[in-house]
Amino acid sequence: MSLQVENLTVYYQTLRGDVRALESATFSVEDGEIMGLAGESGCGKTTLANSLIFLTPPMRFVEGLVELDNEELPVWDAERMNDFRFKKISIIPQYAMNAMNPTRKIGKMTSELLESRKVDFKTTLPELKRRLDLVELSHDVLNMYPIELSGGMKQRMVMVLSTLMNPSLLIADEITSALDVASQKAVAEMLVEFRSRECCNSVIVISHDLSILYQIADTILIMYAGQLAEKASTEVIIHSPRHPYTKLLISSLPKVGVKYAEKRLIAIPGSPPLLLDPPVGCRFRERCPVAFEKCPEEPPFLEIEKGHFVACWKVFEENA
Amino acid sequence: MMQLKKRSEILYFALRNNKLKVGLAVLLFFVVLTLVGPLFTDYAPYDYIGPIAQPPSSEFWFGTTTFGQDVYTQFVLGLRATFLVGIVGGGLGTLIGIVVGFTAGYRGGIVDEMLNMLTNIVLVIPTLAILLIIAAYLTVRGILVESIFIGCTAWPWAARAIRAQTFSLRSREFVDLARMSGMKPWKIIFTQIAPNMMSYLLLVFILQFGGAVLAAATLDFIGLGPTNAVSLGLMMNYAVLWGALIFGVWWWFVPPGLAIMAIVGALYVTNVGLDEVFNPKLREM
Amino acid sequence: MLKLDKISKVYRIGTFGGKELHAVSNASFDVKDGEVVSLIGESGSGKTTIGKMILRLLSISSGTIIFNGVDISTLKGGALKDYYRNVQGVFQDPFSSYNPIFKADRIFRIIKEEFFPEIKGPEWNNKVSSSLEAVGLNPDDVLNKFPHQLSGGQLQRFLIARALLLDIQFLVADEIISMLDASRRIDVLNLLADLKSRGLSILFITHDLSLGYYISERAVILYRGCVVEMGSTGRIYDNPLHPYTKMLMASVPRLDKKWEEVEVDLRAMQAELSRGCVYYERCPVADKNESCERQRPTLLEAESDHFVACRCYAKE
Repeated sequence: MSLQVENLTVYYQTLRGDVRALESATFSVEDGEIMGLAGESGCGKTTLANSLIFLTPPMRFVEGLVELDNEELPVWDAERMNDFRFKKISIIPQYAMNAMNPTRKIGKMTSELLESRKVDFKTTLPELKRRLDLVELSHDVLNMYPIELSGGMKQRMVMVLSTLMNPSLLIADEITSALDVASQKAVAEMLVEFRSRECCNSVIVISHDLSILYQIADTILIMYAGQLAEKASTEVIIHSPRHPYTKLLISSLPKVGVKYAEKRLIAIPGSPPLLLDPPVGCRFRERCPVAFEKCPEEPPFLEIEKGHFVACWKVFEENA
Repeated sequence: MMQLKKRSEILYFALRNNKLKVGLAVLLFFVVLTLVGPLFTDYAPYDYIGPIAQPPSSEFWFGTTTFGQDVYTQFVLGLRATFLVGIVGGGLGTLIGIVVGFTAGYRGGIVDEMLNMLTNIVLVIPTLAILLIIAAYLTVRGILVESIFIGCTAWPWAARAIRAQTFSLRSREFVDLARMSGMKPWKIIFTQIAPNMMSYLLLVFILQFGGAVLAAATLDFIGLGPTNAVSLGLMMNYAVLWGALIFGVWWWFVPPGLAIMAIVGALYVTNVGLDEVFNPKLREM
Repeated sequence: MLKLDKISKVYRIGTFGGKELHAVSNASFDVKDGEVVSLIGESGSGKTTIGKMILRLLSISSGTIIFNGVDISTLKGGALKDYYRNVQGVFQDPFSSYNPIFKADRIFRIIKEEFFPEIKGPEWNNKVSSSLEAVGLNPDDVLNKFPHQLSGGQLQRFLIARALLLDIQFLVADEIISMLDASRRIDVLNLLADLKSRGLSILFITHDLSLGYYISERAVILYRGCVVEMGSTGRIYDNPLHPYTKMLMASVPRLDKKWEEVEVDLRAMQAELSRGCVYYERCPVADKNESCERQRPTLLEAESDHFVACRCYAKE
């Protein structure tokens, strides 16, 4: 078991009360698994990612257990997490490629980053160069300023930096959204390559774009309004989902080959609930076409068949 | 309903902001003094009504000058002049700044470049030198002339600030939508852009007011002020000129000096406080 | 209905405006009555610039735009206002399209003041209500509210309702659904398709191939300001001819099939455009000896309703 998360609950503190951004998340990521984390804006995917690696105010840890390679991660203590960050668990944050200091050459920035993590730059340099070759970046990049690189190149540089210490778990937060199509494909494929070459063990890829996840992820975890909805292999999620939300979501996405004139797609009516005071139980029940009396009780995230987890009373009922 | 909530949110923070409260309190005190102060005196500022260089007493609250004039009368009437300069000078500066800033920010291109050049030139002109020349030509100068002069030289700061804000608002799509509705540019500026900047314009005016008061005090102090009026700076000018420092007649220059410091200081503190109230990111949670 | 003829947009940049930035170069295409045309390109392709030029929000450096026979590139004043009665636009960010300090329906009031000053109150309210219903909004839910009280989807539909108030013939839709939640996008898209069946012509600007396929009959593929391929959507998607289009079709992540192997060069690109073919630097079939580097290929008909700008098809 690479990553095991149990009942992770994280709220945001605001003037008006707690925003219940993540509620009782329980799931696991196997060795070498690339798990896609998908959902609409506000579903909690970035909260989940941040709470695994950088849980700081205004986020508040409520309860939960996180274990990486059978070792407990003290996610509620940002200080103690310092020892794990970058070495055992690493993140490529959203917009990381724009966060590089424009007045520093890339090489200098890298050495400063490594020194701050108490890693010697000189001894790591040969490995760094090997990684640059892997992502098809020339070594001259270390002598350039960020503005001289294209978006795709910057993103690849950030990927190299985040995986330099061979973390056990890599979290990639929307790493392809700001890139052009060709770079997007290259970066996504590179992520898979990293996993194959064991630069990282497992990967959680966050994206709102299910089609990218379809291309590179082994499994996909769908979230809705802070709760986990369904997790299964990519094929199952896209072609035979069981959770009502997943079914409606997949069928509302335009695909090449589908014309309006031939088949009119349907959206999900209503909108996600506000998380300041969310409905009790399953948060999708107000928009769900098959909601019934049991839904106000929060459904657990259960395995209905091998590797396929769902949180829906109706599905449990159908399976029984 | 949300507009009400937003107004009351502003009010909520305004009532709790200490800088705002202190600044406004000080300003209010001086305004009241300006309005009712002169009622307590029957003298004119330059009348010789009393003994020379008397320290403050129950008869002459602020004492007398080395000529035997009542310092208190001079002080409260001088306050009036100071506020006048602030409003007229600061207001004129803000007005010119608005016209130049909005035009440059909205039009962009060559118009913006030309106005920028104009702004930079006026910014760089040594106002003292110009003043000396004007002083040489105009033997009789009043408060109004001084205010207009200050307004005409202080606007570049306002213009710059307003131009920057206008630029950023103009690139928002609701301006494009207004253009596609056939609205004329001036109508767009005044009905769409300016209302978004009201708090900003208020802050600009407050700064211009303070700047004008300070500029007037400086000019008066070095003798380039009005020739036929009384103001706080003039008081300090005459005090130094006529030996107050040598003879220890502190009550002649300390009140006006303190007053100017307090007014300008209060204006700036109010400005910072208002900025915190309007801009959520500056508030301390 | 709308015809763009060799449209270009050139920006002067650098100190003293010495250098030129060609945002759009010699783009030509047309939109017929009651047709939806997708203008497809990545960011930096110039598609938004073309949209803004059609809406006269940007000046046109060269070329002409002809709307129903009239050259609109130089219209001013009253004539421009008449143009806006027929052509309107909706943009990408619904929250930026509204002045945050006013209520959302202020945009209707502006239309009334500028275009319908004589209409009386009740008649106007009826007009507004029927417009809102035509876009699938309930007037009681959305009137008298501030923009932040409405959702992105509602705001976009509000903007379409505003355009309908004017009884327009042509709508420029620039990435109007990319900032909406995935489960709500299809609503707005279906709305556009409904309007088309009622006679509205639409220029649908997008970077998303699947949206272009869903809604439009014809497509124009744009790369760095130049039209590289154009024609009926079916033809282009089934049989892409230009190397860029081929790369696009193969590299865009899709839900119906996995990525194919395609050769792509990922160097950082030059800022200035060469005189030759605009895709020269990345093209796998560019020929250094041939005209690719020196001459920009023109748009030629490779098969019925399918045009390509590539020397490979020049000899047809």
